[in-house]
Amino acid sequence: MTVVAEPDIPAVPATEPAAAAAPEAEAKPRDILIICYSGELEKTWATMILATTGAAMGAKVRIFLTFWGLQTFVKDQKRITGDNVMQKMMSFMQRPGISQRKLSKMNFLGMGPWMMRKLAKQYNVASPKELLEIAQAMGVEFMPCQMTMDMFGLKREDMIDGLGEPVGAATVISLLQEGDAPLFI
Amino acid sequence: MSPEQIAQVVDAKGLSCPMPIVKTAQAIKGLASGQLLEVLATDPGSVKDFTAWAKTTGNPIVEQSVEGSVYRFVLRKK
Repeated sequence: MTVVAEPDIPAVPATEPAAAAAPEAEAKPRDILIICYSGELEKTWATMILATTGAAMGAKVRIFLTFWGLQTFVKDQKRITGDNVMQKMMSFMQRPGISQRKLSKMNFLGMGPWMMRKLAKQYNVASPKELLEIAQAMGVEFMPCQMTMDMFGLKREDMIDGLGEPVGAATVISLLQEGDAPLFI
Repeated sequence: MSPEQIAQVVDAKGLSCPMPIVKTAQAIKGLASGQLLEVLATDPGSVKDFTAWAKTTGNPIVEQSVEGSVYRFVLRKK
């Protein structure tokens, strides 16, 4: 009975020699795709640190801005966004903009973020806003999510300058299938 | 003409991650192939970070030293 299975066995390793030969070629760093989903201060910070470092290491970095992550890239001076009452209320409850991020823990009505910024200054850690400017100068690509823009009533003029064309999930999946290293933050 | 002359110095003393690497990447862009870039940093993490950066980008570390709390790297643009 075991004989039946045997003819199949050589078929599996047959593809191995071709696969083994490939890694010897000139190693080009993989593109990096950050899915910026969260809007909290600490996660925005992580996104910006990894994006600037990725660009500094010679990788092409793209950031897909979606849900709460998109709110971070509304202009700082915008207070209320959206067309209808509910969209306006959403922006009132959670002010958009990279300088208005809150901590997911220890927010304490803004005391946590204030202390974080104070400590960052003391230890010479670049702020998310500074890192954003550096990321843009280094060619990091920002792709806003069209669906999130529609749902929150965000317009292109609400958003910071230098963002790319709004895209959808298919663009994200396609980049992942092409081999981009994914980071979901 | 001397190939061992430092073409540019990046002073990243006092800066935290990721700024020493970011400033280095920005500075090396302006150099010609073979030119040397000197980086001064005080971030202890930069020892491992610069090794990783050199490996990934292909710009080798040709000299490395520590003086007190200052780490010094000399990198050659590929």
